[in-house]
Amino acid sequence: MVGIVLISHSPTLAEGAAEVARAMGVGKAVVEPAGGDSEGRLGTSVDLVEQAVAAADDGDGVVLLADLGSSVLTARMLIEDAAGGGVLLADAPLVEGAVAAASMAATGADLAAVHAAAESAREHRKVS
Amino acid sequence: MNAADLAAWIRHSAELVSADAERLTRLDAAIGDGDHGHNLDRGFRAAAGALPEDAPPGKVLIAAGRAIVSKTGGASGPLYGTALRRAGKALGDAGDVDAAALGAALRAALDGVRDLGKAAEGDKTMVDALAPAVAAYEAALADGADLAGCVRAAAGAAARGAEDTVPMQARKGRASYLGPRSVGHMDPGASSTALLLRGLADVTGEG
Repeated sequence: MVGIVLISHSPTLAEGAAEVARAMGVGKAVVEPAGGDSEGRLGTSVDLVEQAVAAADDGDGVVLLADLGSSVLTARMLIEDAAGGGVLLADAPLVEGAVAAASMAATGADLAAVHAAAESAREHRKVS
Repeated sequence: MNAADLAAWIRHSAELVSADAERLTRLDAAIGDGDHGHNLDRGFRAAAGALPEDAPPGKVLIAAGRAIVSKTGGASGPLYGTALRRAGKALGDAGDVDAAALGAALRAALDGVRDLGKAAEGDKTMVDALAPAVAAYEAALADGADLAGCVRAAAGAAARGAEDTVPMQARKGRASYLGPRSVGHMDPGASSTALLLRGLADVTGEG
């Protein structure tokens, strides 16, 4: 199953978003939070993100969702380093993208489909 | 220059960043999230402690870049880490770095920062210091300057580039949310880039 990693500046934001996404993934989707810096403060830790990717990846690939700033840059950098194609960053808002990705991943869809579902979250308007 | 010179630059940069951490953080507090100096201080301290012995110049920069990525914490970690790692890769396994090779490494660093951050000149980012620095380096090289002269030209251009960010409106990072209110402040990333290139000029000027 395609795994999902949520990268946030805040450990509690990453964990909370993962909690919501897992519920929408009907308990099947694998959603790993990677929040905060290496000392649990606000920030980004490339080591934590790498650990989360390893934990989420069963061989079918991983979709990353990031909140902003260093989270996004860290995600881009990891993908560039990996260069294998098994890890993709979704250009999507964190919570909505995580829910969409978890919902699709729980169906057993492949990496491209889960990534596309995450990015489709951008189009879900909240007014009109 | 050789591996020892580049290691000396990283250690000197760590000292310069540490001495300037308060100023960089104050700049960042005006338009960013107020942590640039302290983040970079942590990153460069880690880099200075991670320098390999008996490794070629390229490997020194790659090791420093990896430590900065791992320990910096803010957006400057992936950006400076990528810059140093790309520069290190450009140097390859050569034991000695001449003026042309260092210029190619600086160009690779700029390309890495642009690829990762997607910033262009005028966006009020470190690219506004690094891009003119690389251009000035290459112009000095074409004019026949030696390595120290090329680095001096780059450091001067970076300092002017950082000053030039003051009237710019930010188009990247937290500062971009402020719109016109980001005008009138120097970009902290451009300022730290100028500082690091001044450090390189200090080290190469001693030889």
